[in-house]
Amino acid sequence: MSTPAITAGAAPAAPPSMRQRQWSVLLRATLRQWRARIGLAIFVIMVLIALVGPLLAPHSPNVFVSAPNSPAGQNGLLFGADSLGRDVWSRFLHGGGSVLGMSLAATLIGVGLGLVVGLTAAYLGGVTDEVLMRISDVFMAFPQIVLALLLVTAFGPSVGLIILIVGVSTAPRVARVIRGAALQVVERDFVKAAEAVGEPRRRIIFGELLPNVTSPLLVEVGLRLTYSIGLIAALNFLGDGIQPPAADWGVMINENRLAVSVQPWGVLLPVLAIALLTIGSNLLTDGFARAAIGLDRGE
Amino acid sequence: MTVAQQPTAVTVRELKIDLVSSGADIVDAIMLDVRAGEVLGLVGESGSGKTTVGMALMGYCRPGGRVTGGEILIDGRPLATMAAAELRRLRGGTVSYIPQDPGTALNPALRIGRQLSEMLDAHSADTSEEDRRARMRETLDEVALPGTDEFLRRYPHQLSGGQQQRVAIAMAFACRPHVIVCDEPTTGLDVTTQARVLETVRDLCRSHQVAAVYVSHDLAVVAELADHVAVMYSGRIVERGARDAIFSQPRHPYTRKLLRAVPDLEGRRAVVGIAGRAPLPGNRPAGCFFHPRCDLAIDRCREQFPGPTELEPGHIVHCYRAQDAPAELPTTGELAPAAQAGDVVIAVDHVNGHYGSHHVLFDIDVTVRRNECVALVGESGSGKTTLARCIAGLHGNYTGDIKLGGERLQESARGRTAQARKQIQYVFQNPYASLNPRRTVGQTIARQLQLFFPGNRRETGRRVAECLERVALSAAAANRYPDQLSGGERQRVAIARALAAEPSLLVCDEVTSALDVSVQAAIVELLRDLRTQTGLSMLFITHNLALIRTIADRVVVMTEGRIVESGPTLDVFTSPSAEYTGRLLANTPTVEAALQR
Amino acid sequence: MTTFLLRRVLLGLLTLFLVSIVVFAATQALPGNAAVAILGRNATPARVAALSRQLHLDRSVVSQYTHWLGGIVSGNLGTSAATQQPVSHLISARILNSAFLVIVSAIIAVPLSIALGVWMAVRRDKPADHILSTTTLALASLPDFVIGLALALLLATNVAHVFPAVSIVPPGEHAWNVPKAVVLPALTLIIAVTPYISRIMRASMIEVLESEYVTMARLKGLPNRTVIWRHAVPNAIVPAIQVSALQLAYMAGGVVLVEYVFSFPGIGAQLVDSVGNRDIPVVQALAIIIAAVYVVVNLVADLLTIVVTPRLRTAGR
Repeated sequence: MSTPAITAGAAPAAPPSMRQRQWSVLLRATLRQWRARIGLAIFVIMVLIALVGPLLAPHSPNVFVSAPNSPAGQNGLLFGADSLGRDVWSRFLHGGGSVLGMSLAATLIGVGLGLVVGLTAAYLGGVTDEVLMRISDVFMAFPQIVLALLLVTAFGPSVGLIILIVGVSTAPRVARVIRGAALQVVERDFVKAAEAVGEPRRRIIFGELLPNVTSPLLVEVGLRLTYSIGLIAALNFLGDGIQPPAADWGVMINENRLAVSVQPWGVLLPVLAIALLTIGSNLLTDGFARAAIGLDRGE
Repeated sequence: MTVAQQPTAVTVRELKIDLVSSGADIVDAIMLDVRAGEVLGLVGESGSGKTTVGMALMGYCRPGGRVTGGEILIDGRPLATMAAAELRRLRGGTVSYIPQDPGTALNPALRIGRQLSEMLDAHSADTSEEDRRARMRETLDEVALPGTDEFLRRYPHQLSGGQQQRVAIAMAFACRPHVIVCDEPTTGLDVTTQARVLETVRDLCRSHQVAAVYVSHDLAVVAELADHVAVMYSGRIVERGARDAIFSQPRHPYTRKLLRAVPDLEGRRAVVGIAGRAPLPGNRPAGCFFHPRCDLAIDRCREQFPGPTELEPGHIVHCYRAQDAPAELPTTGELAPAAQAGDVVIAVDHVNGHYGSHHVLFDIDVTVRRNECVALVGESGSGKTTLARCIAGLHGNYTGDIKLGGERLQESARGRTAQARKQIQYVFQNPYASLNPRRTVGQTIARQLQLFFPGNRRETGRRVAECLERVALSAAAANRYPDQLSGGERQRVAIARALAAEPSLLVCDEVTSALDVSVQAAIVELLRDLRTQTGLSMLFITHNLALIRTIADRVVVMTEGRIVESGPTLDVFTSPSAEYTGRLLANTPTVEAALQR
Repeated sequence: MTTFLLRRVLLGLLTLFLVSIVVFAATQALPGNAAVAILGRNATPARVAALSRQLHLDRSVVSQYTHWLGGIVSGNLGTSAATQQPVSHLISARILNSAFLVIVSAIIAVPLSIALGVWMAVRRDKPADHILSTTTLALASLPDFVIGLALALLLATNVAHVFPAVSIVPPGEHAWNVPKAVVLPALTLIIAVTPYISRIMRASMIEVLESEYVTMARLKGLPNRTVIWRHAVPNAIVPAIQVSALQLAYMAGGVVLVEYVFSFPGIGAQLVDSVGNRDIPVVQALAIIIAAVYVVVNLVADLLTIVVTPRLRTAGR
């Protein structure tokens, strides 16, 4: 038997480097879905508003510009003024950065920590796995918001604390998913093959396991970002995160809640913005998830 | 009444089924006739479209497929024009189905009794409750299962694999169908169980005058069971005819090569693989689909797909060169050379293995010498893979000694020296799982070289190409990812990775069982060539007795964690001393034995 | 099976024990004086000393913890630092109100989600499925307080005045006697969890519909109704049970914001108030109760999973 087993024409041309191939294939498969495209568009617009908004704001978010609760259109204010006579539109344009920045930071902490814990638990198994999962269980027994409120009670509201708590309480949830995905990889024979030739443990975890859980990892990043946005906005809304008079979508909702019947924009705009941000990021995440499943099935 | 006088139960004319997504055809130009009381064997390798055709006989297409041409008649009635309700009465009532894997085809949430009785409820609603109960017990009796209430109250997971398949067979025969479609119903079963299941199917088809279509990749099983055979390749029937004509005077080059690839228990010939791979739908060449792999191909073969030629009444072949090949199959060939065995490479001494608290290996002694291939044979659950994993250091839970070149090895691979890990290399059963899908073939092999022969990149790159060449892959394969390779190519890569370490012992764990027979033959050829070239020692683990005959010098037979027999291959095969070995040999179906009956 | 259940119960108890340590450590044992945290920096030393005694801060951390845990186990949740009333008095009525809210929402949401999930799966890739699965996906992204505020804007203030924006339940009255007060908070919770459970049910059902045994059931010529409800749903429901449990436990956290938005007199609104007042004993008690709900609900889900899965139910026989 001397014929080379790779027959011409049957296999595709030599592929580009691994990283490029994996990501570009996933990205293209994601954006082939109309829902993911809509999600990406919404998400990009909302992120742009959060980033560029402060530059476009006609007024400072914290100065008195008109009579309290001026209706939309009065004094040239697009959406009127709040109960302290500040421009609602300007406060809205300034208010996205904090929500977005805090949730991004918390997501990075949570996913990073969760990834390491999940992979380690899955590969080492046994007692390590048991202990790590018990600790996760304890953290997961608290809804994230309750854990946050618990610590705010002790330390008082602060931006850094909120980021840390949201991140740390996200980690066990990520760890569970990554562990589940990695357990399926651990059982596959190429991991056994690596063990049989004595690959170091660290290399097996990061060289064999990690590249095979990138799809669930990416999905987790999106999912956790969506949840973190909601959670952080909620904590700011409750007054346990960033403090007034800072312009922030969560804070704004609380400030304008009681005057909602005379000045609905102060609530409506930030509520809408948070809703769109989460919808956009979730549609995009769902697109990733579907694309990843499709690729796994070899479609 | 002889079979020839029976009415035709199944007629298929020019059947075409397309993929909905791309419009490419999965199968086309399918012509079949099956009479009552007759078994048609539909033979093909994976991807040939045989299951698609089998399912179509029930008016069913898997999601993603669609019948776009031709017709299927069951008892003279066309399926295409049937209303939904009529089709439902047909399924299970007139045509029934025996699935490949009853473990997944029986509903895990329903009791056996319910799954059987609902079949009767759906199709003989006019009969009384007592009649249906009686019919159920009668059917269970026919497949030699107890019809007791205790048995009927069980769930599928409380039955053995053989019992599950019997339940599926009972279900299929319960409504006295005219046609039965069997989709490789013995694939997951041990030979002993397989033999009993095949006997049951054969007896039931005969006694109830059922027309059966038996879909299988296993030529030996088809030879045992079928009256007529149709051979499929890449979505087309390339040859069909009476069983003896197909197996004794095959005329299509594919059929001939396929038969040469099947290992022979009698050991009269060596197996020969088929180079290349079968094209997928949408990727098929012009002309005859087999021409790229055919030695006899001429220009005409590259231009147009050959139409049917009737060589003898009922023996139809699609090939321009059908008359040009010798009628007889060569029955001799080179056999594995009797090796000059050298020093002991690995010695397994009084090994007892455990899985948790389960004792799975009992007092195992095995040695493999230099330049020797020892086959470890046994059915599933015999402990053969556990033993192999103990040797490779992947299963550390054992007592006793495993010695490499006289040195006692630590139990787990991590505890062993790098030298010991290099000397023993393991090739896994499933090449779809043993290669990291995120690494190219080149990266996988290079990593192995780096571990055992640290060197510069350039040197490593050269050696990767060398390793690939040794397993007959082109150097271009280094840039491919595993999912861009066929199963056979992946297994070659796995072997290349093992060889890269320059081991003294290669442990091959069922390395061909996930592969098609033509690919299996090619891998066996490769392993044999490697042995003659390098004097490598091999421990070849398999459940396939016929395969051993073509490759091993010595055989060790295991069952239930114990060695029951060991000795030179020829001795064990011709005069087995253990009763178990004898039974195993008797129950292994072979083409040759079937034709002599 | 019994050993499995026993193991789960013991693990649940272990989790609760660890939860109590976390709650205690987070609020009381951390550096800094809890009494100062409660009273604020401007409190007089005398008041700080008095509160310290009340909270037993003058003892060692371990003795503080054992005393506190002993109290909780025996039903004595301590005294509210803000109102000087026993915590159990303060929250008992509110627990009932919250429980009523969550149970009403769950009784509507769970069956609704399962029916929706089955329906979407059966009509997979048809227009109805596309519309519903996109809608549920969008709704599933929304934080629950956003849903609550949107409902308040739509149904209670600016667009239509159908329901009260504030759920007023007179003191001494139970929420189930004031149905109007429950509608919007319950609706919010239902909208928050239904999309999630129904999407899981849809995915699980699609997987089961593609399984060999469902194909087999079709090839047996069974009516479509039988295939779906007898062969597919019982197998598809296990993930939905697990997720429903998680969502139910999640509701226990979700009530925090939803009750706050509608000023519904339950434990959630109480928790927000107590956090604002730095009322540590109340916050501790509520956190433990919410965590206990999570543990118990998950136990029940495990039990249900065993009941509907013959393989698990008959194990060990």
